Amino acid sequence: MSEITREQVEHLAGLARIALTPDEIEKLTGELGHIVDSIAKVSEVATPEIPATSHPIPLTNVFRDDVVGVTLTQEQALSGAPEHDGTRFKVSAILGEEQ
Amino acid sequence: MSTVAFEITRLSAADLATKLQSREVSAVEATQAHLDRIDAVDGDVHAFLHISTNALATAADIDRRRAAGEALGALAGVPIAVKDVLCTIDMPSTAGSKILEGWVPPYDATVVAKLRAADLVPLGKTNMDEFAMGSSTEFSAYGPTHNPWNLERIPGGSGGGSAAAVAAFEAPLALGSDTGGSIRQPGAVTGTVGVKPTYGSVSRYGAIALASSLDQVGPVSRTVLDSALLHDVIKGHDPRDSTSLRDEWPSFTDAARAGLTEGSLRGVRVGIVKELNGEGFQAGVKSRFAEACDLLTAAGAEIVELSAPSFEYAISAYYLILPAEASSNLAKFDSVRFGLRVNPVGGGTVEDVMSATREAGFGPEVKRRVILGTYALSAGFYDAYYGSAQKVRTLVQRDFSAMFESVDVLISPSAPTTAFPLGEKIDDPLAMYLNDITTIPANLAGIPGMSLPMGLAPEDGLPTGIQLMAPARADARLYTYGAALEQLLEQKWGHTLISLAPDLAPFEQSAATEGVV
Repeated sequence: MSEITREQVEHLAGLARIALTPDEIEKLTGELGHIVDSIAKVSEVATPEIPATSHPIPLTNVFRDDVVGVTLTQEQALSGAPEHDGTRFKVSAILGEEQ
Repeated sequence: MSTVAFEITRLSAADLATKLQSREVSAVEATQAHLDRIDAVDGDVHAFLHISTNALATAADIDRRRAAGEALGALAGVPIAVKDVLCTIDMPSTAGSKILEGWVPPYDATVVAKLRAADLVPLGKTNMDEFAMGSSTEFSAYGPTHNPWNLERIPGGSGGGSAAAVAAFEAPLALGSDTGGSIRQPGAVTGTVGVKPTYGSVSRYGAIALASSLDQVGPVSRTVLDSALLHDVIKGHDPRDSTSLRDEWPSFTDAARAGLTEGSLRGVRVGIVKELNGEGFQAGVKSRFAEACDLLTAAGAEIVELSAPSFEYAISAYYLILPAEASSNLAKFDSVRFGLRVNPVGGGTVEDVMSATREAGFGPEVKRRVILGTYALSAGFYDAYYGSAQKVRTLVQRDFSAMFESVDVLISPSAPTTAFPLGEKIDDPLAMYLNDITTIPANLAGIPGMSLPMGLAPEDGLPTGIQLMAPARADARLYTYGAALEQLLEQKWGHTLISLAPDLAPFEQSAATEGVV
């Protein structure tokens, strides 16, 4: 069993920006341990001489001409926003009081 | 529903296209017939999340342009269902998630734009596991899709909606997306055909990303030829997708038709992947697979058994690579630019809003995989998990390369079992993950794969599927050999497999047969 602790899951949830409930953290701590145990076997065959593959069919230097393409209008870009002022996305405070 | 309308929904896309071209059937009639069918059966099946309000107008425009003598695409006027992972400018695109409920994108996915340019008629958006994370469509935030063969069973996933729509005659064609089997496994358990093309051969622009190095959009249909016709519409380079290949692709329709000619399997070298037909596979899947192999041999194919030792590690590598990429891709759902926003009680910073939104907007499987991916990518674990998984990916590619040195095509069952009951595996993530054991290797390697119906399992009477895999860029082989095998199987059965699917609207059909409605 991997040593995945409640504190670790809390930390991961913070990194992933998901405000998990205490029950969810409890459940995920157990599940994550089982899942990690079952997939950790990848390290058995991943010896140093084997190169990593990040992409199934690698392409290099995918460039296009440096000209303005077809882009969204400001109105289109804002069309799905939960809140905007007509020209910009609106969000709540970036910094908390303690910062 | 009239007899004519009923018959229209039973046609293949190829046959419907012929009738549209000869003006025996109009695009409006074809579209109305499928909308009526959806109306009759989708309450039970729940393949669709949204029905287009533009479909009939689109169809009428196609009829008008055909009457005016305009040159139209080969599939002009044929209705099609679109998986909800694909952006559509005129319909909500939610990827099965509450976080995108009601979101109408300001652009079409390139594949959707290609459908419109080829004059197909988008009927609506199909249900899926949330962000394509799942193998049963039970992780849709909008409720599961039911398998048309048995409404108490799963339709596969994540593209259960697209497969069920086609299996239930609600559409002759659908688009799917396949990250680890989401086109092929639903095809297998619904008795339909699905193809995952070579990675990069179909644009991913406007496909809401799950795992960018694995995702590929592809066709869903009831026949191999129909998938080929649709693949011909959606293939090709897209400058808006930086992983898009610049290859010139042959006609897959021609490739499928070549498979229907005499002797198309003679001398073809076929490899059975030992690791993809092993323990834990349902008896009826194994027996139907053995029979399919016998048919191939009888038709002159040379079958050998091959081994891919690294495949034992493929599923583990996949469940590290996919969550890692997904946790990164799903960071865009931040409550700022689109989708849901939830303000925590008492307010908070933008990060608090983001966390509250993602807590409310994501379902259990998405949370599980995002947390797992965040773990796999975190400092101290990166090399052991994500780094090792990428090395396994190299080994899987090497195994495929070695096998394709001696054979033209590889085969395996498309899924280890038939459709299981809804709810059976929903609380057991590891059991759910094993459904994709046969399909994942092709995604890791970027090669094309196809699932086509292989017969009903004797023990439960439910569909099984056979998977064909070809080297990267050799998608045409799938169509040639797939069409050939489909023909052999149907000759043996004396009918198509889908013709055995239970009728979901019995009154309607008997009335239609008698011509009274």
